[in-house]
Amino acid sequence: MEQLMRGLPKPPSLKTLREMPPLARREFRNGMLFLSPWIIGFLVFTLIPMVATLIFSFMDIKITDGVLNPPRFVGLDNYVKLFNDNAVWNMRPNSTPGALWVTIRFGLIALPVGIFLPLLLALLMNNKYLKGQSFFRSMFYMPYIIPFVASVFLWGGVLNPETGWVNRILLAMGVPDEKLPGWANDINWVYPTYVIMGIWGIGNAMLTMLAGLQSVPTDLYDAAKVDGAGKFATFWNVTFPMISPVIFYNLTLSIVGLFQYFLVPLVVNAGTGRPGGATMFYNLYLYKQFFTNQNMSYGSTLAWLLFVVILLVTIVLFSTARFWVYYASENP
Amino acid sequence: MDVMNATLRRTRTKKALNSAFVTAFTAALLAIYLMPFLYMILTSLKTPTQIAIMGSPIYPAEIPTYTFNGENTNTYTFQVNRGGTLTELVIDMNDYVGKRLDVYNVPMPDGTVRKLALVAGFQRESVFIDPENPSADPILWTGGYYKSLSRPWIFSPTWSNYARVWRDIDYPRMLWNTFFYAFTTTIGVLVSCIIVAFGFSRFRFPGRDFLFIVLISTIFLPGAVTVIPTFTFFTQIGWVGTWLPLIVPSFFANAYDTFLLRQYFMTLPRELDEAAMMDGASPLRILTSVIIPQSYPAIVAVTVFHIVWAWNDYFGPLIYLSTRMDLQPVSVALARFNGIYGQQPQYIQAGALMTLIIPLILFFAAQRFFVQGIVITGVEK
Repeated sequence: MEQLMRGLPKPPSLKTLREMPPLARREFRNGMLFLSPWIIGFLVFTLIPMVATLIFSFMDIKITDGVLNPPRFVGLDNYVKLFNDNAVWNMRPNSTPGALWVTIRFGLIALPVGIFLPLLLALLMNNKYLKGQSFFRSMFYMPYIIPFVASVFLWGGVLNPETGWVNRILLAMGVPDEKLPGWANDINWVYPTYVIMGIWGIGNAMLTMLAGLQSVPTDLYDAAKVDGAGKFATFWNVTFPMISPVIFYNLTLSIVGLFQYFLVPLVVNAGTGRPGGATMFYNLYLYKQFFTNQNMSYGSTLAWLLFVVILLVTIVLFSTARFWVYYASENP
Repeated sequence: MDVMNATLRRTRTKKALNSAFVTAFTAALLAIYLMPFLYMILTSLKTPTQIAIMGSPIYPAEIPTYTFNGENTNTYTFQVNRGGTLTELVIDMNDYVGKRLDVYNVPMPDGTVRKLALVAGFQRESVFIDPENPSADPILWTGGYYKSLSRPWIFSPTWSNYARVWRDIDYPRMLWNTFFYAFTTTIGVLVSCIIVAFGFSRFRFPGRDFLFIVLISTIFLPGAVTVIPTFTFFTQIGWVGTWLPLIVPSFFANAYDTFLLRQYFMTLPRELDEAAMMDGASPLRILTSVIIPQSYPAIVAVTVFHIVWAWNDYFGPLIYLSTRMDLQPVSVALARFNGIYGQQPQYIQAGALMTLIIPLILFFAAQRFFVQGIVITGVEK
């Protein structure tokens, strides 16, 4: 992460490679030999497919009735279609939301939970009064390794509107039948349901934040105490800067993950967008174009827009980082 | 002296109280957090009848039924208030021979509660027989709607739910598929990532840092931007419907595991490899006899992470094996199963338990390595 922040080092020019002394040349040859599995894999499974996706987006490639139409070049047609596609952009209230808007609306709930919940848990784990810290740490992490399909069904069971425990408890507490949440089938509750179903995914973030908290040198806390800093001031001026790289790392991964979110709606709501199109996430819409409609070129166009959006968001995030992310090694 | 002792004692009590409070709070939080596991275990052992009944016990239980064996062959006539008007009800006990009758807790006018079997139930009044005395006359109970009566649940786990899932999704086969997928790709990941991580950590050459940044950037690359041509290509060469598109790419190193191993290799002192180099060892020899023997914690971490990842993987097997149910791993089979048995929570929960049990065992066996591995990648990145 820190290396990424410093910017991309320049690839070597051909001239430097040609003028290498024999020993350096051998080092280069051996090094490249060991990197070759990844370099070949990167070319075959990443770079070439990326370029192919870009080419597909300028063509018309469709399968209709099981037959591949002869591909032809159509210029920017797919992009024109994309920028006029209501199913992507629609933000008007009281109508089926566009896939990008669905993704962003969900992110407004999911991202804060995904950062603050692990942070609060890590702070709790790091509390000096907590007994059995390593036991709790393991147990809070443990659900992270549960296959997501299984954890979706476990939470889905607990949150089942008819037979689940949560609604039975609410009912017992006196919530009238018609006011019980319909969870995954309820347009007002489907995002909180997805957030709850994803709660077991916080284990990784919690552990990295905890490790960050534990690596804060104690003399910094002592110094803050001597200066008469209160609890909040200590957190804000000592703890937060010291763990900001970990928060930044988790935030970046969460945002990149958000734009690619689709497996939960695919499994829980069968990828239909129910209820009311609220779960037709961008990436789901993209895969539907390819796998269901068999429209490779439009799917590719959506994929490139996704790539550009993620790239832009990451660039913006990295450019804000120097205002709030603190790397100790930069100021020795 | 006494004053100081008292102060000390007070601080100690305060500390103990704080400790008890924080620990109890965390334990309560953990209980809520892990509650679905309890739900899963209990639900997987219930009958559909129990799940559908409001107010049924939380533990798997069944309502005892009573099978009438014809100890009484008489015919009775009752004047029954079915819901307003009195109607005549004729009960021929011969009609109930061999029938399984539901048992209810029935409060009697004398204040006792008796376990009686329902013969005919209506809104205001119902007819019961006493299972302990089946030859006696049926009892007309006038206490209200029989459905409002509580039922004498007894603990009774339905283990056959597991057998049903085991058979219906051909679980042994799905398990073997998952194991095969996890095993072969673990080999691929270990071999390729160790080699590549060695290249990144032990050689200095122009372009290395550039390539390393490219490697790390692929973590942020959305899979959608490569999947369409890749899938099309695998279709063209006839690999869709086989394991190959899932296994072969694992032999070409991935960013996460390479990064983890590279970070670990960087911490190993160079003196040993330099000594081996002086003795004329080739780079490959240095890797196998100097680096790998020192790197077991990182290698085990990559192994367990990868097995868990493969067990969890859903999308890859879903798209490449959608036409071949016999080759699918448990995650895909479970989701398919949900499509069929969506309204039968007991089967879904039994299936979920069978899906998560192996990663769970692996986690408890190798906890230390999970924690270490995360700390290596997450903090230093």
